[in-house]
Amino acid sequence: METKRLIIVAVGGQGNLLSSRILGEAALLSDVPVRMSEIHGMAQRGGVVESAIVFGDAKSTIISDGEADLLVGFEPLETMRALNRCNAGTTVITSISPLSPFTVTIGRGTYPKLSKIKEMISTKTKKLIAYDAAAVAKEAGSVLSVNVVLLGSLIQTEVLPISADAVKEAIQKRVKPAFVDMNLGAFELGFNAAAGAGK
Amino acid sequence: MHKLLENQTGKQVLLLGNEAIARGAIEAGLSMAATYPGTPSSEISLNLFQMSRESNLYFEYSTNEKVAMEMTAAAANSGLRSMCIMKHVGMNVAADAMMTLAYVGVKAGMVIIVADDPFMFSSQNEQDSRYYAKLSGLPMLEPSSVEEAKSMMSYAFDLSEKLKEPVIFRTTTRINHSTAVVTYNDIPERKTKGNFVKDPFNLVTVPAISRKLHIKLLENMDTACEIGSTSEYNFIEGDGTLGIICNGVSYSYVCDAIADLDQTDKIKILRLGLSHPMPEKPVKDFVKSCDKVLVVEEGEPYMEEAVRSLAQEEGLTISIKGKGKELFSRRNEYDPGLVRGMIAKYFGIDYEAPEVPDLSDLPEMPQRPPTLCAGCSHRATYTAVKKAAEGMDTVYPADIGCYTLGFLPPLQMGDFLLCMGSSVGTSCGFAQATDQKVISFIGDSTFFHSGIPGLVNAVFNKHNFTLVIMDNSTTAMTGHQPHPGVDMEELNMPDFGRVSIEAMVKAAGVEHISVIKPFNIKKSVATIKEALEFEGVSVVISREVCALYAKALKKPKRNVFMVSDKCKNHKNCVNELGCPAFFLHEGRVNIDPDICVGCSICAQVCPEHAIRPLK
Ligand code: SF4
Repeated sequence: METKRLIIVAVGGQGNLLSSRILGEAALLSDVPVRMSEIHGMAQRGGVVESAIVFGDAKSTIISDGEADLLVGFEPLETMRALNRCNAGTTVITSISPLSPFTVTIGRGTYPKLSKIKEMISTKTKKLIAYDAAAVAKEAGSVLSVNVVLLGSLIQTEVLPISADAVKEAIQKRVKPAFVDMNLGAFELGFNAAAGAGK
Repeated sequence: MHKLLENQTGKQVLLLGNEAIARGAIEAGLSMAATYPGTPSSEISLNLFQMSRESNLYFEYSTNEKVAMEMTAAAANSGLRSMCIMKHVGMNVAADAMMTLAYVGVKAGMVIIVADDPFMFSSQNEQDSRYYAKLSGLPMLEPSSVEEAKSMMSYAFDLSEKLKEPVIFRTTTRINHSTAVVTYNDIPERKTKGNFVKDPFNLVTVPAISRKLHIKLLENMDTACEIGSTSEYNFIEGDGTLGIICNGVSYSYVCDAIADLDQTDKIKILRLGLSHPMPEKPVKDFVKSCDKVLVVEEGEPYMEEAVRSLAQEEGLTISIKGKGKELFSRRNEYDPGLVRGMIAKYFGIDYEAPEVPDLSDLPEMPQRPPTLCAGCSHRATYTAVKKAAEGMDTVYPADIGCYTLGFLPPLQMGDFLLCMGSSVGTSCGFAQATDQKVISFIGDSTFFHSGIPGLVNAVFNKHNFTLVIMDNSTTAMTGHQPHPGVDMEELNMPDFGRVSIEAMVKAAGVEHISVIKPFNIKKSVATIKEALEFEGVSVVISREVCALYAKALKKPKRNVFMVSDKCKNHKNCVNELGCPAFFLHEGRVNIDPDICVGCSICAQVCPEHAIRPLK
């Protein structure tokens, strides 16, 4: 099977580990070989948390610079920071709702303009889907569902050999029962948002 | 039921490497395990702990790695399969026990898991623990994937029983924290009680006996070397006269690289999974069959040096390389692209690296380092100490935990750090060597781990400093494990004892002990000032539960705060505290009510009293 490499970047606490678990589970349900890696520990205290997911026959669980086919970012600045992982053929999906790092608040650096971030990403990659995933998540019922909203958009691009149904089944398996319906809604909204934003 | 206890042979599950290791141990009939938590190994123990609550597995969080090693060594010498788990630097703590345990050996299988952290994602150094296998003479296994981490575990216990020696099971972060699909095997019946048979002339390591035991250890190493020669975990793959010798995660990068470079008929691989003692015959045979050899291993040139010396014994002069200016580094972790590039370069294969976009025109990006959570009690403690020590020429020895992050601006509380417990020992040294005011910080769990001997030393040798013990009722950094000071009854686990930090400090002979509630800044500052004035060793215990843990325990929430229009925007709050709940909107300070947990520290430092509870 052709190898597809996906990187997810987020700020600690945004729930990217859950989204990679769901994707991994969906791959298992779809008989797609999958391996992934993530970083725990100190980085989780408000720093940048990255997971790498490799679909297909490769043995490695990490992804080298310039070798991601897909980049999903939960936060625009972090998406731009991860551009070194992309190449001219990469599809990028990002939320454009910023989480300002505390370094900006204490005057050590300024947050770049969103328009600049979008311009940078789209000129350096193949395709950019950018929208306010936090707003969509709120619409779904909780800002904490940004992770699943973006999963919806990811699946909509059809770059991965994984169907929406498989992801929905994985959500049912991996998410706490009380939150399943909300997350299924979030997935749907994210799926539609990408269809709209990608036009 | 815990997912790792499901006895469904053949079931395929997506597991984290650490879960796979825990499952592998269960499938190997593990009876007893002990640990001190440390990233990247923590989830192994977390899962074993959870399983021990619903099965007859015995698991404990020991006070430190040395105790965990001694605990499991005794179990293995009583006939129970046992395992101790630690991160690489934990092995430094446990090494004293391990070095002589290698002489004594075991009766039932014992596995020592050590998790290295190349690139130091969550560690203070990137030491290569494989040298501990060499130093101790113990056999060592190194899995290359999540699946293998599970399957190798049964082999490790069998090998340990065959050799009557503990086996070191060495992983790196990318094994521990990778996830893949794993197939379950049977879970056997677990033996829960052993029996110790007296045999002092083989088990009490006085010189005359140890001399004899050392001979036995060396014989065991010869046997292990022979086993390694035929072990299924040392294998050759592929064809050709170009050779790569690799271990651990590097093996997966090498496999992918050879496939990507389309060289499967030209480059062959010797993968060493049982890598200590170095299996002499397979290595020599492999090198003999090659024109050129590349050794791919993260960390130190551990295999490379051994391979080269074995080649020398055979009078082989072919090029054997690994580390070097133009080749691999001893630093950081490797990745598939790097390994692909090096293989192409070393063997002279045509290859163009994928093009990376030109990023020179990206705007400046503010850093996002990890930081203390909003409402973290450490921020409050640091703020209070800073105020109490105003105007003093201070040294702040730090220690290991979330609170280490306090060294960053704006708090800048942390001047010197070596290892677990070093805050106390180095305080003794700084206090003696200088006339500066020494105030050191240690967490509750770290205090129990290795802070106590330093404190006893300080009292005995009459040093002069203040130690602040930050008691947040948990081992926060590694994911909220319990420690001896935790009230386990509150967690519905009444089967534990409890050790009081106050009583401990008092028993050590400290004459000035005070306890503060750090969220009350004014009172805390006054109490700390008294402690600082004391000539001799004074201890301040700062007690407030970890904010993240409080959330997880669903403790009642405090009122969150907001910035009222009394704010004159001098930004003291932001610049002193750097709390992640603050953000600037049109240049003015705001508090994000979703992030604020209501610790009220900012309200107490605001000179305008402009920060108020949000109604
Ligand atoms: S996890 Fe607890 S101790 Fe660690 S930074 Fe967060 S609040 Fe502080």
